[in-house]
Amino acid sequence: MLWQLAVWLFALPPYILPGPLLVIKTWWLAKSLIAQQSLITISETLLGLVIGSLLGCIAALILVLFRPARLWLLPILIISQAIPTFAIAPLLVVWFGYGIGSKVVTAMIMLFFPVTTAFFDGLRRTDKDWLDLAHVMGANSWRCLWHIRLPAALPALGSGLRVAAAIAPIGAIIGEWVGASRGLGFLLLNANARMQIDMMFAVLLSITVFTLVLYYSVDKVLRYTIPWGEIQ
Amino acid sequence: MTTTLEPDLVSTGVGKVTMNTPSIRLEGITLQYQTKTLFEDLSASIHGSEWSVVLGRSGVGKTSLLRLIAGLSADATGQVSASDHLPLENRIAYLNQHASLMPWLSVIDNVLLGYTLRGEKTTALRDKALNLLEHAGLANNANQKPLQLSGGMKQRVALVRTLMEDKPIVLLDEPFSALDAITRLHIQNLAADLLRNRTVLLITHDPLEALRLGQHIYVLSGAPAYLQRMTTPSGSIPRSATDVDLLCHEAELIAALSQGEQL
Repeated sequence: MLWQLAVWLFALPPYILPGPLLVIKTWWLAKSLIAQQSLITISETLLGLVIGSLLGCIAALILVLFRPARLWLLPILIISQAIPTFAIAPLLVVWFGYGIGSKVVTAMIMLFFPVTTAFFDGLRRTDKDWLDLAHVMGANSWRCLWHIRLPAALPALGSGLRVAAAIAPIGAIIGEWVGASRGLGFLLLNANARMQIDMMFAVLLSITVFTLVLYYSVDKVLRYTIPWGEIQ
Repeated sequence: MTTTLEPDLVSTGVGKVTMNTPSIRLEGITLQYQTKTLFEDLSASIHGSEWSVVLGRSGVGKTSLLRLIAGLSADATGQVSASDHLPLENRIAYLNQHASLMPWLSVIDNVLLGYTLRGEKTTALRDKALNLLEHAGLANNANQKPLQLSGGMKQRVALVRTLMEDKPIVLLDEPFSALDAITRLHIQNLAADLLRNRTVLLITHDPLEALRLGQHIYVLSGAPAYLQRMTTPSGSIPRSATDVDLLCHEAELIAALSQGEQL
C-alpha cells in the first residue's frame, strides 16, 4: 500500500521504482517464463542443500571422531568461509561448467560451514548426566555416539539446517549471476541489463517467496522429526 | 498398591534379588576439586543388601562420593572395592536428580536404555519392562515421550529404568529432591519397595528423607569431609513420614548438619 502510494505521490517512473501493481502484472504476464526458470533454480538449490548438508554432517562427524582432523580440517572450513563466495563463483563456473553443477557447488560451499559448525557443536555438548549414565550402563563409545550423542545433537543440527535453507537459494542465484544461461539469477541479470526494473522486481518476488517456502518447509519437517529440540 | 505389588513382582521375577549384593569398602579416598580438598584419606563401609543414606549440605562432596563409587571420577585416589572381591564395574545402577530421560525415546525405550547401549535388547526384556511400568502406575504411558510426563512421572520412569538394570548396587543422587512434598513421599515408597534387598546408597540433603529410607544413616560434613554415623529410627523402611519418632531424630540430624551453628 505504502509502496504503491509512494509511486503515485512522487510520480516515480517505472524504470526507477515500479509500483507493486505493475510488478504483479509483469509477474502474471511472465509467469510461464518465471516458472520455467524457477524450476532450474529450485533444483540447484535443493541439490546444493541436500549434498551440502550431508557433507556438513560428515565433516562434523570426522571432526568429532578423529581429534587430529581438527588440526587441518577446521582451518580449511574457516578458509572456505573467509573467501567471499562472489569472488570464487566465476572460478567455480570454470571448474564445474556453465550448467547446473557450478551453482550446486556455490550453494554447497555457502551452507556447508553453518551445518558443520552447528552439528559439531551439538555433538560436543552432550549433557554430562547422559554421558555418565551411558558410562555406568556399560556403553562402548560407538553405541554411546549412536544412541546418545547423535540424537542429542539433532536439535543443534536442526539450527544449522534452518540457516542452510535460508542461504541455499542465495548460493544458487550467485552461481547463476556469474555465469549461466538459465535460472532466476540469469533472468535477474538479463532484466537488469535491459533496465526492465519491473521484471527484476517480479523475479526478486519469486525468489523471496521460494526462500520463505523452503525455510518454513524445512522448519516444519525439523519440528516434526526433532520435537524435543523445541523445549530444551 | 504396595500390598498387591509383592506377589506379582515375585511371579515375574522382577523384585526378587537372586544376585550377590555385596557391601562396598572405601579406603584412603583422597579427592581434590580445583583448589579444594573434598576428601582426604576417607574410609567407609557401605552395608550390603540394605539402604544406606548419606546426608549432607550442598557442596560438601555428596555427589563426588557417589561418582567415585560409580567409577566416574578419574581424579580420585584410593580404593573402592566390593566385599565379594569382584570388580564393581557393570554391577552398578545410577540415578541422578534430573531423571536424565532421553527426550527422543519413548518411556519404554528409556527404561530399556541400558540394554540398548549394551546391545542386549530382547522381546522378553520388553515384556519385563512393561510389567515394571505397570507396577509403577505407568502402564498407559509406555509409548509416550518424556516431554509429555510430569516431573513425578519422569522420576518414576527413571526409577523403573534403574530397577530394570537389575544391578546389585544402586546409587541414588538426590533423585527425589525436585519433587513436591507429597509426590516425593509416594516415590520414596515406590523406591523402597522396588529396590529392597539391594545395596543402595542414597545421598540427600533432606533429613526427613534420610530418616524414612535409611537403614544406616550418615552425615557428611567438614572440609575435607568425613562421615559421621547417626542413630537410625526403629522400624522397616519406608518409615511413615508422620511418625513423631522421626521428628526427634530429625533434630539430631539437623544439629549434626549445622555443626553447632545457631538456627
